[in-house]
Amino acid sequence: MELTTTTTSTKRAIRESAGDRLFMAVIYTILTIVLVIVLYPLVYILSSSISSPSAVTSGQVWLWPVDISFRGFETVLSTPQIMRSYGNSLFYTAAGTLISVTLTVMLAYPLSRTTFFGRNGLMAFIAFTMLFGGGLIPTYLVVRELGLIDTRWALLVPNAIWVWQVIIARTFFQATIPNELFEASEIDGCSDWHFLTSVVLPLSKPILAVLVLMYAVGQWNAYFDALIYLKSDKLYPLQLVLRSIIIQNNSAGVMDPSIQVERAQLAELLKYSLIVVATLPVLLIYPFVQRYFVQGMLVGSVKG
Amino acid sequence: MGGIVLQGLWGQAVRSFRTHWQLYILVLPPVLYFLIFKYYPMANAALAFKDYNVMKGIWGSRWVGWKHFNLFFDNPMFWTLVKNTLFLSFYLLLAGFPIPILLALMLNEVRSARFKKAVQLVTFAPYFISTVVMVSIIMLFLAPRLGFANIALQQLGLESINFLGEPGFFRSIYVWSDVWQTAGYAAVIYLAALAGIDPTLYEAAKVDGASRLQKIIHVDLPGILPTITIILILNVGSVMSVGFEKIYLLQNSLNLATSEVIATYVYSVGLLNANYSFATAVGLFNSVINLVLLALVNGLAKRISNTSIW
Repeated sequence: MELTTTTTSTKRAIRESAGDRLFMAVIYTILTIVLVIVLYPLVYILSSSISSPSAVTSGQVWLWPVDISFRGFETVLSTPQIMRSYGNSLFYTAAGTLISVTLTVMLAYPLSRTTFFGRNGLMAFIAFTMLFGGGLIPTYLVVRELGLIDTRWALLVPNAIWVWQVIIARTFFQATIPNELFEASEIDGCSDWHFLTSVVLPLSKPILAVLVLMYAVGQWNAYFDALIYLKSDKLYPLQLVLRSIIIQNNSAGVMDPSIQVERAQLAELLKYSLIVVATLPVLLIYPFVQRYFVQGMLVGSVKG
Repeated sequence: MGGIVLQGLWGQAVRSFRTHWQLYILVLPPVLYFLIFKYYPMANAALAFKDYNVMKGIWGSRWVGWKHFNLFFDNPMFWTLVKNTLFLSFYLLLAGFPIPILLALMLNEVRSARFKKAVQLVTFAPYFISTVVMVSIIMLFLAPRLGFANIALQQLGLESINFLGEPGFFRSIYVWSDVWQTAGYAAVIYLAALAGIDPTLYEAAKVDGASRLQKIIHVDLPGILPTITIILILNVGSVMSVGFEKIYLLQNSLNLATSEVIATYVYSVGLLNANYSFATAVGLFNSVINLVLLALVNGLAKRISNTSIW
């Protein structure tokens, strides 16, 4: 296609390309500005987190780190409260992802099978919950009735299945597992369970990766369920501790109050370091997993 | 004849149960999940029409009809809450909806694969930042004295501003940080739709001597119109459920005049003050408005462009 454009070197084509070149220049300029606007805050946070406490509080950091120091990270690592919540978040992410992915596949796979009677009804039953819900208080009361308040289960179970993920997985199964394969296996006397575990799942690694990633990121970033269902700070995930330290400015008890001025500066620096520490796991794997996310969004949008 | 059809269906069901019983066992736990955590709360919403009594539980409590709804409508906060909720979400819709489309159209024009990839990689990244971290970043940037924005203002010789303490700034802070965080993510769907446009249309446009801009207006935009419609319906359908978490975290006593929305009100009245029935009524009111809006827009889109979500 590129070749044909260069060979049609008529007068009109040249005049067009002048206007188009200007148009392209505008597009490149705008996109470069967008790039800078999105990237700048991220670089600024990262630079601040590894600058010296006094450089951060006196506004010397503009783009690159000033007086590189790792005091902020040292404080994060030596604060038991933060490290415990970090461990909690790792647990919630691992356990929550396992539960969510398992339940999602258990639902999406039968929904993808034409031999499953009443699958349209079941789909409507599930999809309706995307449009309408009981609301905050009625849901809270159910969780309380089940005795899940202030237990780890409260963060793992009440929001375990996302309807959107079910739709994505179902669409994937429908699109990639040929119906002939089902029929052939059925004739061979292969049970549904056996077919799922030995044929479907090995063929579905891309969608499993998508599900794991989306649920894991969601669980790692979640905070609202912890806010309403948890009382004891032993169980708090990292996000809740972050909120307390950064947003509510409640860093008391995090550091020993030895030197007053330095302490205030360190408290400010700690916030930047905490942001980096809390986001790092996700951002580190991000470049490798981005294509899975895009893939997941696209599979889901094939048929809404 | 109806009887025969029914019998046919029944026969189908029985046959399916008999040969594929494992599938039905598989869906049992997820179905229980939906019944317990989604449908049971919907039934619990009957609480809105009762006076909640802790001892008697939801079903033992007394019916009081529309009492809590009337209390809400007569509440001096009512119009402020509705106004704040609508303002915030329509502002978000107005800014947040077209920008991903523009971003996708521009990215689609870029010929350098590396530049395109770089822009996509970077603009997609903020989507992975949690709400707490997002609000933390906003607060650090806009902090009264030490924040980046105020240091910059001081360098320019201007007065520093307590951005988060001003009710007038709240909506813009909320909306533009949201655009910053989600535009790259939202653009992916449109890019996919653009990639699916029939290439012969571009060749035809080229033969007709269309410029790049004309090509965008006459080929790209009509090509992604169905996608645009679907996303618009979904966005309008969630107008009343503006991001509770982020608003709640950004809220403080100074900006409450513009930042208190129905969802945050339900949380503070319902959970913090344990006023369960009243908060349920307010929440139910919100959900119903949401559903009605969704149905309206969906119907409208169906009639105008033959695109709808059901």
